[in-house]
Amino acid sequence: MTTLQINGKPTTVDAPEDTPLLWVLRDHVGLTGTKFGCGLALCGACTVHLDGTPVRACQTPLSAAAGKKVVTIEGVGATKTGKAVQAAWLEIGVPQCGYCQAGQIMSATALLQQNPKPSDADIDGAMSGNICRCGTYTRIRSAIKSAAGIKGETA
Amino acid sequence: MNLRTLTTMKQAGVQAGTSRRAFLKTLPLSGLVLSIAIPLIGEAADEPQKYGGDGMPQGLRDSPKIFVSIAPDGIVSIVVNRSEMGQGVRTSIPKIVADELEADWKRVRVVQAPGDEVKYGNQDTDGSRSTRHWFDPMRRCGASARQMLEQAAADKWHVPVDQVEARQHEVVHKASGRKLGYGALALAAAKLDVPPAASLKLKDPSRFRYIGKLDPFLTDGQAIVTGHSHYGIDTRLPGMLYAVIARPPVLGGKVKSFDAAEALKVPGVVKVYAMDGTPPPSEFQPIGGVVVVGKDTWAAIKGRSLLKIEWDDGAHASYDSAAFRAELEAAVLKPGGKEVRNEGDAYAALAKAAKKVEASYYVPHYAHASMECPAATARIVGGACEIWACTQSPQAAHDRVAKRLNLAPEKVTVNVTLLGGGFGRKSKADFVVEAALISQEMGGTPVKLTWTREDDLHHDYFHTVSAQHIEAGLDANGKITAWLHRSAEPTILSIFAPDPKQLAPFELGLGLVGLPYAIPNVRIENPAATAHARIGWLRSVNNIQHAFASQSFIAELAQAQGKDHKDYLLELLGPDRLIDPRSISEHWNHGESPERYPINTGRLRKVVEKVTQEAHWGRKLPGGQGLGLAAHYSFVTYVAAVVEVNVNDKGEIVIPRIDVAVDCGPTVNPDRVRSQIEGACVMGLSQAVVSEITFKNGRSEQDNFHQFEVARMNLAPKKIVVHIMPSAYDVPLGGVGEPGVPVIAPALMNAINAATGKRIRALPLRDQLASPA
Repeated sequence: MTTLQINGKPTTVDAPEDTPLLWVLRDHVGLTGTKFGCGLALCGACTVHLDGTPVRACQTPLSAAAGKKVVTIEGVGATKTGKAVQAAWLEIGVPQCGYCQAGQIMSATALLQQNPKPSDADIDGAMSGNICRCGTYTRIRSAIKSAAGIKGETA
Repeated sequence: MNLRTLTTMKQAGVQAGTSRRAFLKTLPLSGLVLSIAIPLIGEAADEPQKYGGDGMPQGLRDSPKIFVSIAPDGIVSIVVNRSEMGQGVRTSIPKIVADELEADWKRVRVVQAPGDEVKYGNQDTDGSRSTRHWFDPMRRCGASARQMLEQAAADKWHVPVDQVEARQHEVVHKASGRKLGYGALALAAAKLDVPPAASLKLKDPSRFRYIGKLDPFLTDGQAIVTGHSHYGIDTRLPGMLYAVIARPPVLGGKVKSFDAAEALKVPGVVKVYAMDGTPPPSEFQPIGGVVVVGKDTWAAIKGRSLLKIEWDDGAHASYDSAAFRAELEAAVLKPGGKEVRNEGDAYAALAKAAKKVEASYYVPHYAHASMECPAATARIVGGACEIWACTQSPQAAHDRVAKRLNLAPEKVTVNVTLLGGGFGRKSKADFVVEAALISQEMGGTPVKLTWTREDDLHHDYFHTVSAQHIEAGLDANGKITAWLHRSAEPTILSIFAPDPKQLAPFELGLGLVGLPYAIPNVRIENPAATAHARIGWLRSVNNIQHAFASQSFIAELAQAQGKDHKDYLLELLGPDRLIDPRSISEHWNHGESPERYPINTGRLRKVVEKVTQEAHWGRKLPGGQGLGLAAHYSFVTYVAAVVEVNVNDKGEIVIPRIDVAVDCGPTVNPDRVRSQIEGACVMGLSQAVVSEITFKNGRSEQDNFHQFEVARMNLAPKKIVVHIMPSAYDVPLGGVGEPGVPVIAPALMNAINAATGKRIRALPLRDQLASPA
């Protein structure tokens, strides 16, 4: 049995310790908002916040999350930045299929929590680990700037 | 119809001479493939040929009794019969209905149809057809519902129906100002007959409230950004088990033997067994392998990694894509191959030409790599199989599950989830059948089958690989006299028939034979090619390579004569005219009527003019920077793009801006047209710059995104500007999801040529600019 805090709620999980947090969240806890995309930390679809830091849940074993605070896409809207990012995503019409957007939003929120006014290079650096096969990148950039209150031309 | 295709279709088990309806029933194909058979039907059957949505399996429906329901509280539910995979169809289709219905969009709910084409009409969400085929029937559907509500109100008030009018969710009696809401009228309206088509009063487009209006709203937007949307991989059922499959790595391979001892020791693994596959051509059927079932996905994945499997690789074990490339490239240098278009005498004109220009082009295999890998959940209760799947073709999945599990059709239900990307991959039902078979093996227990990324990249229905060669003859005045074009590429028919070697009409019609240029002598040849991997449709399909070759070559031709590319492209297009596609051997025409959808060179000219104007074509740029142009007609839509590129000393590229002009006729949801074109730019860049699937020893060599690279934020253009050409609503709609893709690779390579003088003729670019030219 492993206990961790997920979106503010203490949660006990009965899974082998090497089970990636991704599958713990999806199969055991029933939070399917965190997505599987590659299983090797190459695409960012499974990004969650572990004690405030963005991590790839597919490469985070349950043992590494024990006793820690996990925030997922289902919970990130409870933070000011997360809420602003979600709102910007809708205002700009970012999602196409939407599958990668949970990871994009988690990465973008972490970026803005650490760097409230990111430059284009900062955005490229923080977001290049997140693949969007539909190709929403230009709108993601615009939405991050919008959530950050950065005025300027939208892409 | 040519003999070759006729033979192929007979080999595929399709008989000529049967009625169209019977023929449709026997066809194991998705709609796009069906289209290749239509000319056969035209010859063999008595019924007149049908086009557009009418020509698709089960055709169109427009009754509000199928698609619209109104609750007493006034909530209007609109059924969407197409699959949402990012194109916005769950927003666009309901907007069409709601507009004609005069429904208040805030009180509209969207309901996803399960696979049932008898009820809902064709559901194959592919070929850039959803809005194109369903705009008119959905308008009729909404208008019918509106008129039924008006009639119900008129009956209640005992006034003539022309004295009442539906406006924003209520019906008003104009003289008295009396009003009744849709909720109050729903029951009475539902009892009325659907008005005959001739009596329908469609809105004047000037009164559209939603159609054609810019609005970023997405039906599933809120659920997506909060993590509550339901994709194929997200289904959860009580007592569910989880499965993955180790599939034969080579086309046509089989399990020779396997040892599951270690896998079975993994905590949570409950069963390991071999599943029989269908040998090639395996169509949409599973290819078999060793199934691992576990109590969660991780147990199944971990168990699978410990399997020891000996494979019988079969006939394609020596497939080597580098050697095959050389084979294709040699084939297109030789005269001959099947003649697929011939006007005048290109060979004679080339022999007489004052100047000859020639070039060869190569485009590799690609994988779809939708961010959501294929996934499906199935259970069998009381002899009935229920499925939840991210499928583009729920009816195709339904039929194959029923057949493979030997169930009556009414015992199978396919629920359609959101698709985390599709791009053509999820038209194939193999993964859906796999889930159903595993549930059957587990005694009907709910089972979720997940494909991992490795599965996806190893066992995709890959984009075909191709080599092309083009020769042009110029006379003493520089005027083009001949265009000779050869393309060798394994055909998609290879998943349906044993070893076909030539392209089908629908593949030729994807940008090869239909080139609309004013050239007196044109000859297009299709040398034979064998498929050594499963081949399938990938967003814009054969247009990817055909537009890459033709649009690169036209730039090369312009350059050879010292002419501006844009001016030369317009010169080649010639005077504005309507081309009957049949007159240039384009008999497929995307399944559309050649009269209703001729090739309009004036529309192609206008998108070229628009995009070059907006991108400030012709401006002087410093060294290492360039603009590149390409134009292409596909999915009955006209597109031109200008890519701006910066190339640094190391040969690395940055793309400051792409302009795209698109004429797809009238638009329903302009923001989704823009987003589709934006996405097409990025997918086109993936193909042009980084993506490639290679084969060695019959096996796809790319395991995951570190090897099958796709565009990331750093490769994405800094800015994409989409110019939607204005259009009246009496113009027939064009496709949107796919036609943005083909122009991107050639426009980029033309831009790179302008920036560096280097000509890239083989995709992907990768480090070709870093090596000596």
